Formats: sequence, structure tokens, C-alpha cells
Amino acid sequence: MDRAARATPAGVAQRVRGLSDRAIAWLFIAPTIVLLLAINIFPLIWAIRLSFTNYRANRPNAEVEGVGIRNYVRVLTDPDIWMSFQITAQFVFWTILLQTVIGFGLAYLIDRKFRGHAFWTTIILIPMMLSPAVVGNFWRLIFQPQIGPFSYIVSALTGIPPAEIDMLSTVATAPWAIVIVDTWMWTPYVMLICLAGLRSIPDDIYEAAEVDRASAWRQFWSITVPMALPFIMLAVLFRGIENFKMFDMVVLLTGGGPGSVTEVASITLKREAFEGWRTGYSSAFAIILFVAVFGLANIYVKALNRVKSR
Amino acid sequence: MSAEAYSVVTPSGTAKRVAMALVIAYALITLIPLVWIVLTSFKSPPDSIRYPPALVFTPTLEGYCNLFTVRTRQTAEFIEGMGPPQGVCDEITRSRNMVIAGASNYWPRFWNSVVIAFGSTFLATLLGTLAAYGFSRFRVPLKDDLLFFILSTRMMPPIAVAIPIYLMYRELGLSDTRLGMILLYTAVNVSLATWLLKGFIDEIPREYEEAAMIDGYSRLQAFVRVVLPQATTGIAATAIFCLIFAWNEYAFAVLLTSGAAQTAPPFIPTIIGEGGMDWPAVAAGTTIFLVPILVFTILLRRHLLRGITFGAVRK
Repeated sequence: MDRAARATPAGVAQRVRGLSDRAIAWLFIAPTIVLLLAINIFPLIWAIRLSFTNYRANRPNAEVEGVGIRNYVRVLTDPDIWMSFQITAQFVFWTILLQTVIGFGLAYLIDRKFRGHAFWTTIILIPMMLSPAVVGNFWRLIFQPQIGPFSYIVSALTGIPPAEIDMLSTVATAPWAIVIVDTWMWTPYVMLICLAGLRSIPDDIYEAAEVDRASAWRQFWSITVPMALPFIMLAVLFRGIENFKMFDMVVLLTGGGPGSVTEVASITLKREAFEGWRTGYSSAFAIILFVAVFGLANIYVKALNRVKSR
Repeated sequence: MSAEAYSVVTPSGTAKRVAMALVIAYALITLIPLVWIVLTSFKSPPDSIRYPPALVFTPTLEGYCNLFTVRTRQTAEFIEGMGPPQGVCDEITRSRNMVIAGASNYWPRFWNSVVIAFGSTFLATLLGTLAAYGFSRFRVPLKDDLLFFILSTRMMPPIAVAIPIYLMYRELGLSDTRLGMILLYTAVNVSLATWLLKGFIDEIPREYEEAAMIDGYSRLQAFVRVVLPQATTGIAATAIFCLIFAWNEYAFAVLLTSGAAQTAPPFIPTIIGEGGMDWPAVAAGTTIFLVPILVFTILLRRHLLRGITFGAVRK
């Protein structure tokens, strides 16, 4: 190491040595900030400007007029958009509920530290690493009535003939189909974070509870759950933000259908922006989504700080 | 719960066995869709849509052949006059009264995925390492605000970002180019890279650099020769996370690429055969696409937790 240091030409070393810590700090941070300004912030400002116009991206030469806040008013009074927010909210609620319950349960079981638990944990983690689009696309075959295995498994459990179990094309079941796939995919995520929470609880707290003869049930509710709660909250917030943005998996499973019963906000936005080409209007919608996600992001950072301060 | 009635600290044998049985049951159920993908990739098209679904079937490479080729239908007489088949795929194709007309788009799309994923991962990890060191070691004005700004760029819904990016790329001639996608994925991943690497670099004691600087190293030399080698594991884990994101990404890819720079995720769902989805070919394409991720998941398993929480949970 020392030899390498001396091998640097004296002139360069002198000049490099001349850089103050402050200069290095900015030299190191600036490229990231510049990239984010160019690829995130500049387009965002552009979108804000467009949101006050009637611009259409498929007619770049048409005259652009300012329309004031009309786009925002129309987005916020559009029943289709409220419907898509409602569908998104229900999707977020049910996926998070299922993933938290199953994920925490799994983490609790894995924390019993039976032989081979590390191997089975890795197996369980596989779905969350895969591409939601590519795997979501394949779930269409799995959900096919009669052809796919899903209808046979459900049929074996309920007695309904497999030909009648058409998850993706039935209005009543399509939302549940996307909830099932999302839960299959992301329960491991919640499980992994909960597992870290459970492992952070020191053994001596349980030992003290044993001495006090607290029942296992009591220990679970007054030690395990409260101590793991910051981790559970963290998982919920991350999943909440991700599922609020949900696009790829739903597009490939149902495309928003049948009708529009699974049309989450991102799909509505894509339809307005890239099929209807109402660029100004959809920019306003996008900005409203930003603001909503930013609210969630703020809650997230607060929760993050609370977890860290422990 | 009653199974754990005796001790929570050291679970009893029964508790462990019950837990093991339940976890294994869940793991096996969760594997069904993945096993189904791999099984389907070895089925013939008629077997793939047979009902009830075929668990026992004659395995064939037809799905893989169809994935990589474009075929045209020919008369039996024409095929007979063609001479001996060349290779397995040729033989399978001819048995369906078709001939191979050329290579499909799968390989070029897969290669786009490789180039874009590795290119953006390299850039994001490089920028992220520098920024993370800057944030970790120096007093930067508005540090917390800048870090939050970096993180918040990741919170934006991709479709919302895609609208202005689409217009900007159209102006700059970056639409449907690999460079455009590399820049975009770098911007998305650099937030993850900065946050993760800041966590890793925070854990390297400052004393190491300070000792090196007392020995006559400049700050930059100390960074390159002391901090970077110590951070190798963290950098590798971060790079794999960036790679997986870019590899799996669909929303930007489907909106901003259509041909030359299209990656595999938007391409795979468009694979169709005669009269419907060619499920064995889709399954084959999916299997080939997923295998690298399986390898990376196993490599990463000790750092997964950190990666998925942006470094908020470390262990």
C-alpha cells in the first residue's frame, strides 16, 4: 500500500493533496445530484408546467393554451379517477393486511430456529426477487379455468367445477386475483423485515417474563408484538408506497379489467397519458399522485427515524 | 400458541416440529407457480393447454425452439424435399409442418436487458459510492434534506415520471435507445445505491482513514486505498440490488422502448404462437430470464434485508 502511495507522480499527488475536504465532498456528491436534477427534477418541473396547459403529446405542433387550474379541477371531479383511487386503496389495504399477517406469522415460525430454517427461508424469499411483469404474465396461464392448476386446487377445496373458476375475467374475483399474486410475491418481503424485528428482541426480556410466570400468550402480546412493531410498521409503509404505485403486475394480469374493476391509479394514468394523449390533463393527475406519495414518504421517514432512535 | 407454552426462549421440540412443518408447507405452496413455469417450458403447445393440466407429459424442447426461432408453415411435400433436418429444433419444427424462417427477437431483447442492466448498475454504483462517501464523512450543508431528496426520487410512480421523460427523450433523440434507458435506470437506482452504501461506509471506522492520512496519504488516496477495499462487500451487494431492479423493470421499458432498445420484460408477454399464446415458449423465455435472478438471490441472501429497506434495517 505504502509503495503504491509513493508511486503516484509527485505533481499529481501535490495537486490532489491540495483538494480540501469540502471540495472533495462536493465533487463526490455533485454528479448524483446533477443526474437526479436532469432525469427527475427537470422533467418534474416540465410536467408541472404542462399540467396548466391543454398540450397533447401526439400533436406537438398544435397551439398550446394555458388553461389555469382547470386540469386539476377536472381530475379531482372525475368519477373515473376517484374510482381508480378507491380501487388502489382497496388493493393496498388487502395486500398489506394479508402480507403482514402471513409474513409476521412466517417470521414467528422461522424464529423457532428449527433445523434447516435458513434453507427454507431462502426458498420462501425467491418470489420477491422476480420480475413482477414477467411472473405476472405467467400467472395468467395459472389462473386459466380448466387449463391452469389454480382452478383445480380451488375446485378440490370447494367443490366448484374448475370450468367455473375464472379468476381473471369475473368481476367479483379479478381484484382478488391481483391480491393473491401480490401476496404471493411480497409476503416474503414483510416476513424478512419482521424476522429482523423478532431477532432484535433480547432473550433476557423473555427470561424475565418466564420468571414472572407470564403465559406464552401474554409474552407474545406484551413483548413480541410491541417490540417488533417498528419493524412491522416499516414493512407496511414500504409495501404501501410500492403498492400505491402498482402498475406492471396488474397490467399483465388483468390490464385493469374486466371492465375497469382492477384499474388502479397508475393504469388510469397510463391510459390518459399514452393512449388518450391528454398530456396536460394527465400531467395534472401525475402531480396529484406525486403529492399523495410524498405524504406517504414523509410518514415513512418519520417511522424510519423512530426505528433508528431505538 | 399452546405449543410454546413452556418456553419462548428455547422452543420445545414439538414447537420446533410444528413450526418446521408449517414453514415447509408454505415454501412448497409458494414454489408451485415457479415449478409450473419450468414444467410448462418443457411441454409441447398442446400439452400446455390440456385439461385437466398435465403433470405427466413427454418433455420436449419445442418451447425453447419456438422461443428462439420464427417459423412458417409449409406443405408436407415441400418439407420432404428439404433434405435431412439440422439439429433438434429443425426436426421438431418440421414435425409440425413448419420450417424455421429465422431467429426470433428474444435474444436481441435479452441482450438489451444485459447491456442496460449492467450499464446502469455500473454507473449507479459508481455515483452512489462517491455520494455515499461524501455524505458519510463530510459535513455537507442541508445533508438530511439532500438525502431525503435523493430518496424521494424513488417514491415517484414510474408512469408519472414517464410522461415528461417521454417528451424529453423525444426532443433529445433518446427514445428507444439503450443510452436513454441506462441513464433513466441509473437515476432510479442511484438513490438506492447512495442510501445503502452510506450505511456500509458509516460502519467503516474513520480511524482507518485518519491513520492512513497521518501516514501521508491524501484524502483521495485514503478513500481509494483504505475505504474502497473495506467496502467491497457492500458495493457488491448494492450492485446486485441495482442489477435486479434494472433487470426486472417493466413500466419504463414498455412506455419508452419499442424496438431497438426493448428489454426482455416487455417482450416476453408478446410472444404468441398460432391461434393464441405460445405458453411453452413464454415459459421458456421466463425460465431463462429468471435463472440469473435465482443465482443472485442466493449470493445476496445475507444482505437482502438491508437492500430491501434502503439500509434502514441492518443485520
